[in-house]
Amino acid sequence: MSKVLMMGNEAFAEAAIRAGCNCYFGYPITPQNEVPEYMSHELHKAGGSFIQAESELAAVNMAYGAAAAGGRVFISTSSPGFALMQEGLGFICSCEVPIVAMNVSRGGPGVGGIQPGQADYFQVTRGGYNGDVKIPVFAPANIQESVDLIYEAFDIAEKYRNPVVIFADGMLGQMMEPVEFPPAKPIKGSDEISKDVPWAITGTDHHEGRNVVFSLRLQPDVLENHVLHMFEKYAEAEKELVRYKNINVEDAEIVFVAFGTMARICVEACELLEEKGVKAGVIRPISLWPFPNAAFDAITDKTKIVISTELSMGQMIEDVRTAVAGRWPVSLISRTGGIVPTSIEVMERALKALEEVK
Amino acid sequence: MKKKMFFAGSGGQGALTIGQMIAKAGMDEGNEVTWLPSYGPEMRGGTANCTVIISDKRISCPLINEADVLVVMNLPSLRKFESMVVPGGMIFINSSIVPETSTRTDVKIIEIPANDKAAEIGNPRAANIVMLGAILAETGCCKKETVKHQIEKMFSGRKEKFLPGNIAALELYCK
Repeated sequence: MSKVLMMGNEAFAEAAIRAGCNCYFGYPITPQNEVPEYMSHELHKAGGSFIQAESELAAVNMAYGAAAAGGRVFISTSSPGFALMQEGLGFICSCEVPIVAMNVSRGGPGVGGIQPGQADYFQVTRGGYNGDVKIPVFAPANIQESVDLIYEAFDIAEKYRNPVVIFADGMLGQMMEPVEFPPAKPIKGSDEISKDVPWAITGTDHHEGRNVVFSLRLQPDVLENHVLHMFEKYAEAEKELVRYKNINVEDAEIVFVAFGTMARICVEACELLEEKGVKAGVIRPISLWPFPNAAFDAITDKTKIVISTELSMGQMIEDVRTAVAGRWPVSLISRTGGIVPTSIEVMERALKALEEVK
Repeated sequence: MKKKMFFAGSGGQGALTIGQMIAKAGMDEGNEVTWLPSYGPEMRGGTANCTVIISDKRISCPLINEADVLVVMNLPSLRKFESMVVPGGMIFINSSIVPETSTRTDVKIIEIPANDKAAEIGNPRAANIVMLGAILAETGCCKKETVKHQIEKMFSGRKEKFLPGNIAALELYCK
């Protein structure tokens, strides 16, 4: 298939349909409105079901139910909506049902604004749910990568029986780029579902006895064993799901750490720094959990400073400090509230930060 | 080759649409492209703009610090964005709507009475397509045939009756 020029949000939705998504639940919120809009007129053509829920809370719980019945479920929202979905995500983890959830984030806190933001870093990597829970999070930097990650996320969610979050920002949702879609997977019938996900509640025609999906475990030893079982999965995920891209890190004086849109700006800032005679590189985490600590081992003695560059007041910087483990000075370049800095601003602030450590 | 273009006007003037058409044509000709719109709680008649980059190499950043080409469909856009054009760059002004010219003396100013010309050929809604033709002719950012083919696709089937008027609008400044 040839390339098409497509808006991020529409491409995210199409990628989910191609991945065999058969249920989408959503509620409008800028800047991801085109995801439910696209789903509303395209998902049924592929044989799936679209429901506009009455709230994000309803959407996540519909997703919970549909996934428990073996659905390939996709939900999407933006920052304040994702906050509303937290409780549901915790329950979904506890019940071990797979869903793919997309957060096309904007400036916060509270209702905040509608321009791009990354201040949901803590929300997506730490979450607002109770209990010992981990959710794999992927942060794409362009539309093609978003499509490829969403397509793959359904299988990752199914393998780990856990939600997977795709974390984009408003800019990625609103912009257009050429994109090539992977082949469409057909929506599964109930026989196939009960073969692929034998734990799912598909009715007793397909399996002997009852399948039960539940979260309540009153006996402490039973609950502890369940959590330990979940953490065996998370340990495997930490080995398997680490994704990152290092760009010119080896001989860089300045190493930016940035994801999503911010990483693209840093790549251009590196070009501007090169013109000023300063070598700079970028570590671009793609998986935010598990955080790519290994990426930092590529940094050499030539590096004077590692700069976490974020559209927030500095959240990822905590993971960056852990990964750096005291080997290099760490500083922060941040804009927030929906302001996206230019590459010139990043370049100038990086030069200043470099001066301070020299 | 890397061309950074910025299109601005008031909502409904078609600035975003012609930016998108140029991005698509750039892609169809085998280039890397990005199209980045302003978005927000814009009301009808409010401002709208988009950034288009066409490059033969991978595009890192979809945001621009400066533009090679600026296209303004109304006066506020001219005043707000004229300073972002690189020396030697181009500013296209919709002179049907914009009563003044640019204060810049180090760029090429191209004044196109897009609304008047579109009205003259009996298709007043195609002012942006008139402007698009002028941009293609002056910048060579993509080929007329690529855009023409795109317009033919846009206005097919039930919309076919709009095709001749749009092709005529495109070809006013781009023979």
